[in-house]
Amino acid sequence: MPVLARWIEAAGIPTVVVTMMPSVAEERLAPRIVGVEFPFGHPFGMPGDRVMQRRTLELALDVLAGAVTAGTRVDLDVEWPVPLREAYRSWQPTVPSPIVRRMLEARQAPQAD
Amino acid sequence: MVVDSFKFLPRSFRPLYEGRGPFPGEEQAVWTPFEKRLAQSRIALLTSAGLYVKGAQPSFDLEREQTHPEWGDPSWRAIPDSASASSLAVAHLHINDEDLVADPEVALPAHLLRKLASEGRIGGAVKEHVSVMGYQERTLSDWQRKTAPELVAHLREQDADGLILAPV
Repeated sequence: MPVLARWIEAAGIPTVVVTMMPSVAEERLAPRIVGVEFPFGHPFGMPGDRVMQRRTLELALDVLAGAVTAGTRVDLDVEWPVPLREAYRSWQPTVPSPIVRRMLEARQAPQAD
Repeated sequence: MVVDSFKFLPRSFRPLYEGRGPFPGEEQAVWTPFEKRLAQSRIALLTSAGLYVKGAQPSFDLEREQTHPEWGDPSWRAIPDSASASSLAVAHLHINDEDLVADPEVALPAHLLRKLASEGRIGGAVKEHVSVMGYQERTLSDWQRKTAPELVAHLREQDADGLILAPV
């Protein structure tokens, strides 16, 4: 996604990436970054929480319009209101994705000499 | 406050993302200045949640991803900014989509963006936002060759002054 942002930015449209992994977006040289410490699947916040979603969206707009240098990163100071263990478990799919399933199978397979 | 980028990621996945540096061929900074005032600007949203309009659009190709786990559907969908939550579906095998289905605004806050437009905070929202599937094969070659130019053409056609991308 940071790479897609770069291609669109290079074509002349300013971009900002709102991401749970802002350090990765920095490594990939996304032009503008808003970091959120939210579980995957929820870049703008809790379902139904319009106040939290609005804070995130407004920060994204301000960074989009106000950043003056490439690589600008601003993190949103909002804590996810669900205990970590529960939030960590609940974002994950009930059935592992195909690539994760393959990785798990590879880990379990006997090692060849 | 500094966000912990790996707080919710299983520990064994961390090396897949961390310390890899820039994407090959993308080592230089890119920058387009945002020159207008927000109150005079039209804003577009892009989500990687695999959202599509039920009945009106095909889903993303999850069957091929099941048989080719390193492949992800590189196509995109235009999502009308007036689409209701109940008209949208999610095609994404990497997250629990329960919250997304209940409230797509967590990934594509189109209604909220329209509200900000009605309040004069921004000039307007585009008529059609964009949805892709975030999981892609590693080289991103289809995205680079086909999807990105199509998205740029779409955003220009929509008169977008800026784009907010939100990976899920």
